[in-house]
Amino acid sequence: MLEFPEFLQVPLAGWVDAVMGWLLANLGGIFDAIGHAILFILLYIERFLLWLPWIVVVVLVGVVAWRVMRLWWAGLLMAALLVLIGSFGYWDLAMMTVAIITASVIISLALGIPTGILMARSNFVESALKPLLDAMQTMPSFVYLIPALMFFGLGKVPAVFATIIYAVPPVIRLTDLGIRQVSQSVVEAAQAFGSSSRQILFEVQLPLALPSIMVGINQTTMMALAMVVIASMIGARGLGLEVLLAINRIEVGRGFEAGLCIVLLAIIIDRITHAMAARQQYAA
Amino acid sequence: MKNNASSPNGEVCIEVNALWKIFGHNPKQLLHSEMRSATKADILEKTGHVLAMRDISFNVNQGELFVIMGLSGSGKSTLVRCILRLIEPTAGKILVNGDDVCSYDESQLIDLRRHTTSMIFQHFGLFPHRSVIDNVAYGLKVRGVAKEERYARAREVIAKVGLKGWESYLPSTLSGGMQQRVGIARALATDPEILLMDEPFSGLDPLIRRQMQDELLDLQMEVQKTILFVTHDLHEALKLGNRIAIMRDGAIIQIGTPEEVITTPSDAYVREFVMDASPAKVLTASSIMEQPNVLLYEWQGPKAALATLRTSNMDDAFLVTRTRKLLGLVTIERLVEVIRGKGNSIREALEPDLPTCTADTVVEDLFPLAASTRYPIPVLDERGRFTGEVHTSSILVSMIQEKEVETDARVP
Repeated sequence: MLEFPEFLQVPLAGWVDAVMGWLLANLGGIFDAIGHAILFILLYIERFLLWLPWIVVVVLVGVVAWRVMRLWWAGLLMAALLVLIGSFGYWDLAMMTVAIITASVIISLALGIPTGILMARSNFVESALKPLLDAMQTMPSFVYLIPALMFFGLGKVPAVFATIIYAVPPVIRLTDLGIRQVSQSVVEAAQAFGSSSRQILFEVQLPLALPSIMVGINQTTMMALAMVVIASMIGARGLGLEVLLAINRIEVGRGFEAGLCIVLLAIIIDRITHAMAARQQYAA
Repeated sequence: MKNNASSPNGEVCIEVNALWKIFGHNPKQLLHSEMRSATKADILEKTGHVLAMRDISFNVNQGELFVIMGLSGSGKSTLVRCILRLIEPTAGKILVNGDDVCSYDESQLIDLRRHTTSMIFQHFGLFPHRSVIDNVAYGLKVRGVAKEERYARAREVIAKVGLKGWESYLPSTLSGGMQQRVGIARALATDPEILLMDEPFSGLDPLIRRQMQDELLDLQMEVQKTILFVTHDLHEALKLGNRIAIMRDGAIIQIGTPEEVITTPSDAYVREFVMDASPAKVLTASSIMEQPNVLLYEWQGPKAALATLRTSNMDDAFLVTRTRKLLGLVTIERLVEVIRGKGNSIREALEPDLPTCTADTVVEDLFPLAASTRYPIPVLDERGRFTGEVHTSSILVSMIQEKEVETDARVP
């Protein structure tokens, strides 16, 4: 009586394995197509970023930071941090990391914002998706790193895939929240003037949810950045791989340099996207 | 339909018939059980349903300003929303220009909201991310009107509500009164046939509120819309309404002109409402005017007129044309003077500077007129024809009687 009864055991592991096997055997073509699409986007971005002369990137980041934060010294500081990354000798690796993050974020937004809209419009969809989003955020990432590897093989594509799974929940949640927070009286007014549901969405709900969505974009970007080291374990080159190698070889200084570069990238991206989000606030 | 007489013209614009709204999980079943006649509180306690409207029927005529008055929770806001189906009624019919709105599909409904009606909200319902001009032009935008055209129209309406120069500001930078002007401009921009106003002035301070009410009345003179106006303020209802429907616990308990509501409250609830309303602001000349004993006609000579007055024992009388158009007041003294001076036209005996009023002049406005003359005040219709006269004594009597009604009401 003290032992857990045997007949109550659920062989979930076996089921998952069976589903994986079936998926790999029958839907391989679909995964290949998805993989190619992800790779196409990623390589495009990566080549572009590596092609851009470093000085152009530094000036561009400086100017954008200055414009959105409205502080001249903030622009100068962000540019200086970027120069610091280059001075450690990690410019190209940093650009590769930025490429993976950018690709992951673009795909996350393309999937996440429409999903958030669907959730906001239907209580059923919301209650169905919420546990799934919780699972995506709490499930240890190694658990889906392996299946990602099996579907897409080694390299950048499974890294982007795993990053999306980890990073997409915030933008979905905050799009949903933002739309639901739009004052009911404003939506009612739009209805009373004969807006179609499409017009209500694009003329009223999305513009008013924009501050919240921008916070979601900021969060998603930060989460994507947090995945770079883990993603490097399945072969994504970039700063993460550098950290991983340094750990394996117990090169503390090298690991610290690469780690610091990730932190600097995080600061630059966070401050800029955060300032963009803050600028979207309307006085009610 | 009773009380149609007082509305500007006869055509029915909105017809609401046996409308019910019950919130809860199974309102239809409740409606077909004997619970339908239970009180609102009983329904809530025994079935968990909230009764918002019970068997509401009324008509609003074209060009009429129809006021729905009731305290909060009386169902008045639900009612006005049901007309646009922003809230779906549980049962009943709503006809707008003879068409059953309840049978409309989505696109017909959008069409109704775009072209026939506009709504003004208590909390303004302005779009905080759009400038004043974009707010005002919104109704035209959803209709698909080109930018230049809708901006031109919006500027016109913004000027009409007195906000010229504020076009590019965001609503949050405006005061409450100005924001509601934007709300009114937005509603007028589409030139709707029907305006639905849900407590539009309740959120404004009293001074601004009175000013906005006056402006609404002026505007109504100009545009002649059919207006359904919801309020919890009896003074506002009495001031604005051609007719008033009083709601309590989801039902209409009285429909009538402001005067009928004041003089013959249908039950204790209405009487209590009416108690603090000053009758001087509501009673009109038509309710206290009398028909004169004698009228003089323009073709009468001075001597004939003098004889008429003497035989009827009067000191003065009004002189009218063949079509009863008022010419003025003739007194015995003046007649005698004219006859002595060998005059032969009765018009020479007219008293100068005669104050006049119309049938809907309120008693409050009659006081200064009565003070300025020692003769009765003639009541004229819109074409200047004589319809009756008001005596200073009846003005005073009307005030005393009202006081008595009030004291009677307090006794039980």
